[in-house]
Amino acid sequence: MTSLGKKYIMAVTGLILVGFVIGHMLGNLQMFLHPDWMNAYAYKLQNLPYGLLWIVRLGLLAAVVAHIVTAVLLVLENKRARPQGYSVNATLQASFASKTMRYTGLILIAFIVFHILHFTVRATHADVTAAYYALTPIAGVATMHGSADMAGKLVPDVFSMVAVGFSAQFWYVSVFYIIAMALLFLHLSHGISSMFQSLGLRNKTWRLRLDRAALIIAIALFIGFASIPAVSLLGLLPYQEMVNTGVTVPTALTQP
Amino acid sequence: MSAKTLNLTLRVWRQKKPEAAGQFVTYKIDKISPDSSFLEMMDLLNEQLIEQGDEPVAFDHDCREGICGMCSMTINGVPHGKNRLQTTCQLHMRSFSDGDTITIEPFRAKPFPVMRDLVVDRTPLDSIIQSGGYITQRVGSAEDANAVPISKTIADKAMDAAACIGCGACVAVCPNASAMLFTSAKMSQLNMLPQGKPEKDRRALHMVQAMDDNGFGNCTNIGECEAACPVGISLDFIAMMNRDYAVAKVKKIFSGAA
Ligand code: HEM
Ligand code: FES
Repeated sequence: MTSLGKKYIMAVTGLILVGFVIGHMLGNLQMFLHPDWMNAYAYKLQNLPYGLLWIVRLGLLAAVVAHIVTAVLLVLENKRARPQGYSVNATLQASFASKTMRYTGLILIAFIVFHILHFTVRATHADVTAAYYALTPIAGVATMHGSADMAGKLVPDVFSMVAVGFSAQFWYVSVFYIIAMALLFLHLSHGISSMFQSLGLRNKTWRLRLDRAALIIAIALFIGFASIPAVSLLGLLPYQEMVNTGVTVPTALTQP
Repeated sequence: MSAKTLNLTLRVWRQKKPEAAGQFVTYKIDKISPDSSFLEMMDLLNEQLIEQGDEPVAFDHDCREGICGMCSMTINGVPHGKNRLQTTCQLHMRSFSDGDTITIEPFRAKPFPVMRDLVVDRTPLDSIIQSGGYITQRVGSAEDANAVPISKTIADKAMDAAACIGCGACVAVCPNASAMLFTSAKMSQLNMLPQGKPEKDRRALHMVQAMDDNGFGNCTNIGECEAACPVGISLDFIAMMNRDYAVAKVKKIFSGAA
C-alpha cells in the first residue's frame, strides 16, 4: 500500500476511535449521577438487540488493530528513510505532541489492554469483580434513557464496581488511568487536527481552527475521563454512600 | 562595513566517498566578516585548507542567489540554517556571533546518499518529477498563454506551489525523510491549472508511487518542512495532494482508468 493509503487508514481509524472515546466519556460521566443512571445504562448496553454489542466491539477492535498495525508499518518505514540522524537536532515548529505520537500511542495500547481486563473481563481485582456481581436493584430514578420502567430489576452494580476499582485501596490504578488520559490528551491534541490533513480536508485557515478544536476536545476528554478516577479515589462521588463493596450483599438479594 | 569580525569553530562532516565512513572534523577560522555569506565563509575555509595542503570541503552551490536550489547543508541541525525563508547561499555571517561553534552536516535521508563531504545525491527528486510533474504538450503547439482564462486566486496559488526550488530541505528536516512537501508542490502547481487538469489523476497516482519507490518516509503532519522551506511552501499543498490522490485512487478503483 502507498504511503498515502496508510495515512488514510490512520486517519479513518483514528476518527472512529475519537468518536468512540467521546461517546464513552459522556457515558462514563453518569458516575456523577444516581447509580441508576450508570447501572441501567450498562445493563442496556449489555443487552442490546441483534448482537449489536459484539458488532460494535468487533468494529472497534478492527479499528484499533488497523490503527496500530498501520502505525507500526509507518514508523518502520520512517526509520528506514532516515538511517543516519543529525548530530545536532533542532525543532522549528513541530509540537511536542506531534513528535511523540508513537510513544503516547504505545502506552495507550497498554492502557487499553489493562482497562478491558479491569472493567470488561473483570480479572484484575477480586473486590472489583465482587462489587459487579453483588447485583443491585434499579431504584427507578428517572433517567434520560428511561430506567423508571426497570424499577426493582436486579442488575450488575457497575456504579459500585467503578467506584471500588478507583477507591483509595487501588490508588495506583487511579493514578495509572489519569496518566493514560494525559497521554490520550497529547495523542489527540495532534491527532484530531492531523487526520483532517491526512484526508486532504485542511488548509491554512482550517488548520488554525482544527488545531484549536483538537486542543479543546482533547482537554474536555482529559477532564471528563480523569475526573472519574480522581473523584472516586478521593471518595467524593455525589452518591458515594451508595457504593456497595460487594461484601455486604443487599437485602434484595438475600430475601428474594 | 562593520569593523568587527568573527572567529569561529566549524564542525564539518568529512566523507571521502559514498561507501566511506565519515566523521566530523573541527576547524578554526578567524577574521570572518559579518557581511560575507555563509558560502563565502566556506570558500575561505577551503582556501585555508588548500594552503595547508588539505582537501577542500565539497559542497553544492550554483546561483548563490536563492533561486537554483543547489546549495544544501544542515547548519546547527537546520537545513539552510535557522533563518526563515532563506537558502544557505542567502545566509550571512551576521546571523552568527563571535566565538560560535557551527556544526555543518549534509542533508540526511536514505534516498540522498552522501557523495562527498556535504554533497548529497538528490536525483530521486528528479525521478519524482519525471513520473508526472509535467504536462504533455507537442513542441511548438502551445496555445497563447492568455487564451486560457485562469482566475487570479488559482493563478496565485499555483505560483506559490511553483516557487519550490527543489532543494530538498523538506526531506532533510523531516524526521521521517518524507518528500511530501516537495512532491505536493510539484504536483499541485499543475493540478490546479487548466493545462494540468487532463493528466491530474494520473499525475497524482504516479508521483506518489515514485515518491514511495524512492524510499522517502511518510508525513506525520508535524510541519517541520514548511518551517524549513526557504521559499515558504505551505502544508496546504500536502493536503491538496492527499485529496487529489484519494480522488484519483477512488476513480481508478471504480472506473479502471486514470
Ligand atoms: C492503541 C494504541 C495506539 C497507537 C499505537 C497509536 C499510534 C499512532 C501513531 C503512531 C500515529 C501517527 C501516525 C502518523 O501520523 O503517521 C497516530 C495517529 C492518530 N491516532 Fe493513534 N494510536 C493509538 C491509539 C489511538 C486512540 C485510542 C485514538 C483515539 C481515541 C487514536 C487516534 C489517533 C488519531 C486521530 C491520529 C491521527 C491520524 C492522522 O495523522 O491522520 N489513536 N496514532
Ligand atoms: S546556490 Fe542556488 S539557491 Fe543557493
